[in-house]
Amino acid sequence: MSKIDITAAKYSGDRPTWKFFMSELKPKGKWLTPFNIISIPIMILGLILIVIRFWKGLGSITNLTQEVPWGLWIGFDVVTGVAFAGGAYVITFMVYILNMHKYHSIVRVVVLNGFLAYLFYAGALVLDLGRPWHVINPIIGNSFGTNSVLFLVAWHFLLYMIAQLIEFSPAVAEWLGARRALKILSGMTLVAVIFGITLSTLHQSGLGALYLMAKGKIHPLWYSEFIPILFFVSSIFAGLSMVIFEGSLSYKVFFQQISEKNQKSHHGIIHGLAKICALTMFAYFSLQVLIFIHGQNWSLLNTGMGRWFLLEMIGFVVVPMVLYFYSYRRNNIFLIKLASILTMLGIILNRLNVTIIGFNWDAAVRYVPSWMEIVVTLAVIFTEIWVFRWVVNRMPVLRELPFVVKKEKLITG
Amino acid sequence: MKIDRRLFFKVLGATGASVALGTSLKAAPRKQEEKEVEFYGVLYDSTRCVGCQTCEFSCAEAHGLPEPSGAPEAGVIRKINEKNRTVVNVYKTSRGDVFVKTQCMHCSQPACVAACLTQAMQKTKEGSVIWRGEKCMGCRYCMVSCPFDVPKFEYHSANPVIQKCTMCYDRLKEGKIPACVENCPNQALMFGTRRELIKEGHKRIVENPDQYVDYIYGEQEAGGTAFLYLSPVPFHELGFNTHIQKTSYPELSKGFLYSVPSIFVLLPPILLGIYDATKNKNKEEENE
Repeated sequence: MSKIDITAAKYSGDRPTWKFFMSELKPKGKWLTPFNIISIPIMILGLILIVIRFWKGLGSITNLTQEVPWGLWIGFDVVTGVAFAGGAYVITFMVYILNMHKYHSIVRVVVLNGFLAYLFYAGALVLDLGRPWHVINPIIGNSFGTNSVLFLVAWHFLLYMIAQLIEFSPAVAEWLGARRALKILSGMTLVAVIFGITLSTLHQSGLGALYLMAKGKIHPLWYSEFIPILFFVSSIFAGLSMVIFEGSLSYKVFFQQISEKNQKSHHGIIHGLAKICALTMFAYFSLQVLIFIHGQNWSLLNTGMGRWFLLEMIGFVVVPMVLYFYSYRRNNIFLIKLASILTMLGIILNRLNVTIIGFNWDAAVRYVPSWMEIVVTLAVIFTEIWVFRWVVNRMPVLRELPFVVKKEKLITG
Repeated sequence: MKIDRRLFFKVLGATGASVALGTSLKAAPRKQEEKEVEFYGVLYDSTRCVGCQTCEFSCAEAHGLPEPSGAPEAGVIRKINEKNRTVVNVYKTSRGDVFVKTQCMHCSQPACVAACLTQAMQKTKEGSVIWRGEKCMGCRYCMVSCPFDVPKFEYHSANPVIQKCTMCYDRLKEGKIPACVENCPNQALMFGTRRELIKEGHKRIVENPDQYVDYIYGEQEAGGTAFLYLSPVPFHELGFNTHIQKTSYPELSKGFLYSVPSIFVLLPPILLGIYDATKNKNKEEENE
């Protein structure tokens, strides 16, 4: 994707609509990139496995047991994936509510990432449903299980995806050259943002609240009545670390699309986010310490699970936190990126500890995901990256169209 | 810029809609309790059980399940699964071999019912906890939540069901009693209202203090269950989970659910306020 003609990406009125869409569906640039060579076979294999799963039942490709009914697809795809998607509500809060214009250039790519993460990772939930043809039941009809935390989470996923779609829609309108729609959709941004932040607060914590009733099943070092708050606070730095990580990748891969001005501000943005990460991680770690002391679990520390807990807390919370502080002071972008990777590993570890590793940790038969579950997970991730790449190469996500400047004033001025 | 009227109403509208959704969350829990309906239950007396497995066979027959395999054997714990709604195990205890029947406990305030987002799990007014396939979407949150690990899922079916004891709800509606109780040859199982059964249990303990430990498992566990157990030995010797909390499990997520409407009411106006405040500040800075 070396040469991209910005003006050609816009829909112009003299061509029929379907021709425009057909031309946009075609790949741009080279086909046989290393990423494509790796991802295409995995996506095809994943698709075959999904067909087998719906044909023969969940047990045919997963290792789920009666004791551990939620495995990799929930613990990693949904619970961890949604935490990583938290960057969208934090960045929109900073840009639209706090009016921090410095971060404006990354809003679109972050919202797009958040939306696709919800679409694919929360969408992966459907693969895990035993009776997916009833997925519509909690949304329409008289089957409202309103006293269920999962009911709340399901509704919030749906509503938040709509809010994110509205937040992102100006980019689609620009792509299609629909100026009137652009004006209307841009005017809805603030409402969507406020609604989206509220929804995020509740469902990020709600994912933790799902496990409140599993008291006694989750290892006491990971279970407390504060799981919702821990999940919420950690989603802030999980999301921002993802923004740093993904932003650095996009910066390299889509370099030509980014305007000179935004190229220059890239380091400043990462630098600022590092400080927010460091501080929220400090708050998170303090909370964990308080909960640990309150829980009086000292005796558990000298067990296998206790050492595992210490590894998570020190190796993947304290170390990246200190690294963020240090690299912020030294303005070392490389160390900030390293800290973001460590933080993300820590989040994966934490979510898997709550949902899988610490869940029925004393059961006779342990759940270990099958290779097929991992392939399906990878296929979902690769498909998301494909869609992301497709959108970024066509819509004004990273690059700016000439009349974007006017539109920005419309939102903020 | 001030918050203009249109924006204010937009936020107000969005908030109002969500509050409406939020309050419906609040109203729902525990409707059944408001009506004073007597829950039925079953009292299981392990001193009378001889491990003949008649309950297992009659259960399989009543619900069209495959004939149970295996027999109670000390040191081997057979579990209920997607093919067996009830099993009998034997434990070597300080007072010899003791049999224990396992099935759904039919909690008074079941975690699985609170967990279910489609109302597929239901606590009927008779006291049975039943599963309704026409509503279930197979998310298995009931299995995650159940403190007794009762609901079982058919992993090897394209149209899987949740298998669990229903206290023979269909038979109850016809005025019959559960199949296991009806066919028990030694009166180890007794059917009645939960209140009567608790009285009966305590009566047996008082009349034969040497024969029983002074405890009815299920009277308080998980806020009370419909299946009640009498035992000659402390319950941990019989493989019972004695760490089950005495209050109901839905109570654990109630606080979170109740905070939802408050956050929906409070957060949007605060965010709008911050937006307006920082907006004005930025304008002033520009003017200076």
